Amino acid sequence: MKHARVAYGGAIHEAVEHQRGLQLDDGRVLAEDAVVWLPPFEAGTIIALGINYADHAKELAKELTVGAKDEPLAFLKAPNSLIGHRGFTRRPADATFMHYECELAVVIGRKAKNVKREDALRYVAGYTVANDYAIRDYLENYYRPNLRVKNRDTCTVLGPWLVDAADVPDPHVLPLRTLVNGQLRQQGNTRDLINDIPALIEYLSGFMTLAPGDVILTGTPEGVVNVMPGDEVVTEIDGIGRLVNTLVGDVEFGR
Amino acid sequence: MLDAPRRGTVYGTLLNHRDALEALGGALHEAPYKAPPKAPILYIKPRNTWVGEGEPVLVPEGVDALEIGATLGLVIGRIACKVRESEALSHVIGYCIVNDVSIPHASVYRPSLRFKARDSFCPIGATVAREAVGSPDALAITVAIDGEIVHRASTAGLVRPAARLLAEVSDFMTLSPGDVLSIGVAAGAPRARPGQRVSIAIDGLGCLENPLVAQGPAR
Repeated sequence: MKHARVAYGGAIHEAVEHQRGLQLDDGRVLAEDAVVWLPPFEAGTIIALGINYADHAKELAKELTVGAKDEPLAFLKAPNSLIGHRGFTRRPADATFMHYECELAVVIGRKAKNVKREDALRYVAGYTVANDYAIRDYLENYYRPNLRVKNRDTCTVLGPWLVDAADVPDPHVLPLRTLVNGQLRQQGNTRDLINDIPALIEYLSGFMTLAPGDVILTGTPEGVVNVMPGDEVVTEIDGIGRLVNTLVGDVEFGR
Repeated sequence: MLDAPRRGTVYGTLLNHRDALEALGGALHEAPYKAPPKAPILYIKPRNTWVGEGEPVLVPEGVDALEIGATLGLVIGRIACKVRESEALSHVIGYCIVNDVSIPHASVYRPSLRFKARDSFCPIGATVAREAVGSPDALAITVAIDGEIVHRASTAGLVRPAARLLAEVSDFMTLSPGDVLSIGVAAGAPRARPGQRVSIAIDGLGCLENPLVAQGPAR
């Protein structure tokens, strides 16, 4: 089953996928563009991975002094950054290099502490698509990637659906891609994750107890390019979802 | 006194005490840092790290001592987005003592989550109303281990005093009610071992005490 959270007609609803769009919890069937899409679950701790695809590691090699081979490069983000499907992301006027990152997001379904690799997928509630924007102009070499790059309002897009783990028999064979204004700009496959999902759950749960709603953004493959106000960015993962986002400038954003 | 914050996001600030910044000395200009920091340096203490007064801080197997990061937390009371320094503190409902615990580590370039995000690594004291505390810019902070004062610091003379820090942070990310922004840890943070009791006192905020307990082997 594919689950969503949406606003419609003055109320917030749970919804599921329907052949004509989506069906609200009260039974009404609506088109995709008739509702406001929220992130599909209440996020707890948001953990993101840097450089977790071999090709992206090569793309960034010039600016790297540590690799992801010895230990996953994990960092944290906060709910202020989250928006849902079909939302608007602010691109500050002074930015010269802002890029999307298409990522498979793994949502934890039950308390996970010292979980072993072979059991790890049993702790997963489901999967969704993340677009984890970065503005590289603000990158500094303290606590990389610093929150000014990675934790900006509207710069973490999640959705449209939370897909039940039971409906994703193998999360390590999923093609993913990003299209900017319809042009293919980024593509990869979750089979190329340096640290796969069980490895990440084993690693993280070894020192931090994961709880339902915690989410792991598993990193992005190569192919990141600058995007501009007005651009439509579609991040999609086969079987998980097609997540649409539009960049807006400061004036249109209004703050 | 209000309840300890148990929702929202807890942010830590790095190198906001001049002595902490100066302790890095010439390294600020060398690899991997290459240049002194420009914007506030922040990190997140996730919810699994939060504990309250009296609750144990777990010392992982194989670690001799933990670094005790005594600091003042600004507890947000209303949405703070692009606030001016002059009005920033009106978004703060109160203050709390934060013990930002770490496994000692030298590099702040890309530190592992393992050092700061472990279960129980962020004791947080009760929130004291802003009006009861007064100015947050000259509060004495002391750390005692087993009753003996081992570290003295202050909220005075920061690179960014509380109001300016909140203003600059809110320029790029919105803080919401329940969020906590701590102002940073002074140089020379003391270390404590399993079996010891750590007590942090801040003027007007009382004290936050937690025992350090050796963690058993992983199951």
